[in-house]
Amino acid sequence: MTIVFWILAALTVASGLTAVLLKNTVHCALAVTGAFAGLALLFLQLDAQFAGFAQILVYIGAVAILIVFAILLTRGSETPQGGVFSRTWLAGLCIAAAVFAVLGWAVIRSVDALPQQAASPAVSVMDIGNALMGRYVLPLEIVALLLTAALIGAVIVAMHEKGDGK
Amino acid sequence: MATALDQIFVILKHWIVGVLPAALQPLVGVVLSVVAIIATFPALFALTTVLERKGLGRIQNRIGPNRTGPYGILQPVADGIKSLTKEDIVPLSADAVVHFLAPLVLVVVVFLGFAVLPMGRNMQLVDMDAGLLFFFAIGASTELSIFMAGWSSRNKYSLLGAMRAVAQMISYEVPLLMSSVAVVMITGSLSLVKIVEAQNQYTWGLPHWYIFTPWGFAGFVMFATAATAETNRSPFDLPEGESELVAGYFTEYSGFKFALFFLGEYLGMFSMSGLGAALYLGGWSAPLAVLSFVPSWIWFFSKVMLSICVFIWLRGTLPRLRQDQLMNFAWKFVLPMTLLNLLVAGLWRFLGDGWMRWVVCSAILLIAYVIVGRAEMHRKHYGPRSYRYAE
Repeated sequence: MTIVFWILAALTVASGLTAVLLKNTVHCALAVTGAFAGLALLFLQLDAQFAGFAQILVYIGAVAILIVFAILLTRGSETPQGGVFSRTWLAGLCIAAAVFAVLGWAVIRSVDALPQQAASPAVSVMDIGNALMGRYVLPLEIVALLLTAALIGAVIVAMHEKGDGK
Repeated sequence: MATALDQIFVILKHWIVGVLPAALQPLVGVVLSVVAIIATFPALFALTTVLERKGLGRIQNRIGPNRTGPYGILQPVADGIKSLTKEDIVPLSADAVVHFLAPLVLVVVVFLGFAVLPMGRNMQLVDMDAGLLFFFAIGASTELSIFMAGWSSRNKYSLLGAMRAVAQMISYEVPLLMSSVAVVMITGSLSLVKIVEAQNQYTWGLPHWYIFTPWGFAGFVMFATAATAETNRSPFDLPEGESELVAGYFTEYSGFKFALFFLGEYLGMFSMSGLGAALYLGGWSAPLAVLSFVPSWIWFFSKVMLSICVFIWLRGTLPRLRQDQLMNFAWKFVLPMTLLNLLVAGLWRFLGDGWMRWVVCSAILLIAYVIVGRAEMHRKHYGPRSYRYAE
């Protein structure tokens, strides 16, 4: 188990680093996809099938494609001549390190705070479905409404040129 | 005897695994199944290329390939040798790494889809709790490899083909998923094995396949449409339309990489056909109760090959669509109908047994089909096309 974890972790971290360090934006997008895939495999390794497959379906199937489309449609695919780092990279690094430290601290503390469980709970896809359709149906509907509103808004923004064009 | 023949591959696998020491058994078991999948489907692919070329030839009033072997059946061997010995050309300005990775990613990802397909009684690589979700998650990843191929070639036609392919696949993935959700609602499981088992029952000798219900029939028709678009087959083959884009996203590929794209496309057809068979056509179950003595895997592969023949027939018969027709059809007709089909499937589930639900469900679907179709046709004005961006 640990060997698989270390391979996946190395893969994910390497893809993430490549995404930051490469010059070509499309290469970065592809490297981010690799990081997404590594994360999905980590979920699967934890026996979270639904989360893992949803990660692949949503992030690799949709978000990565969206990123790539955005890069190509905004002419950002040309390789920059100079360095790829912005001037405030030191501040960014500090903030990222701080966030990582807080998260790591919280995760390590939570191991002591919670009672040690003998076995990890087995959650099937059916349980998740029942929870979403039963107890959490209201949040689900609210999120759905929000996403629909965003979708309609995006269509309206994209259509507005029609009147003043010709 | 009939059960032995039905389970022959399972028994064979257990026998081979049983010979080996206990430590190796799980590993060898998995490797054997994977090798079986990797050997079977490319062999079917070779068979299908001959079938397609001969069939298309007949449809177009030609004879088709007939020089290699008797009736041209050795044509795939010649094709394979040709593609292996051809020079592998990578364009000078292409992105070499991505250009190399794209066909590999496509073939690997497409092969993964076969892992959850039940190809016979007890014949599946893994029986996942979320098998259907796995299949669609894997299917969504093929879009990325097509984009990689199109972008890395640094060729207008490749990039245009890739953009078309990705736009089309994203659009038709929604109806594809939605029409399968109806099956999941009725079965109450995402596992393809359970979905097939739920259909493997008989009343008066007739099977309980989902295609023989109103919502199932409507779902199957929409699934088949979306699957044809998802596999980039004619009449939805705009991404590789020869008359416009040379060969679309794989224009700049030659030699064995080209063959890999070809293989990936056909494997995608096989896995989609297998999924359609599992969801609506009862997977490996026999079409009549009296025919249950025939081994289950024969039924699965017959259903797959039958749908391949329909794919070939469609390709020989229908003209290619235009991009705007393609998109309008997906978003304005197929998607609303799949959403309605979800409601109808819910009604079917809760109306209980009896003839009532047959009448109500069929009536709703028929009326919606006629109204939506008429409204769409009414809005169409025939005449010269007006272009928004290109004059």
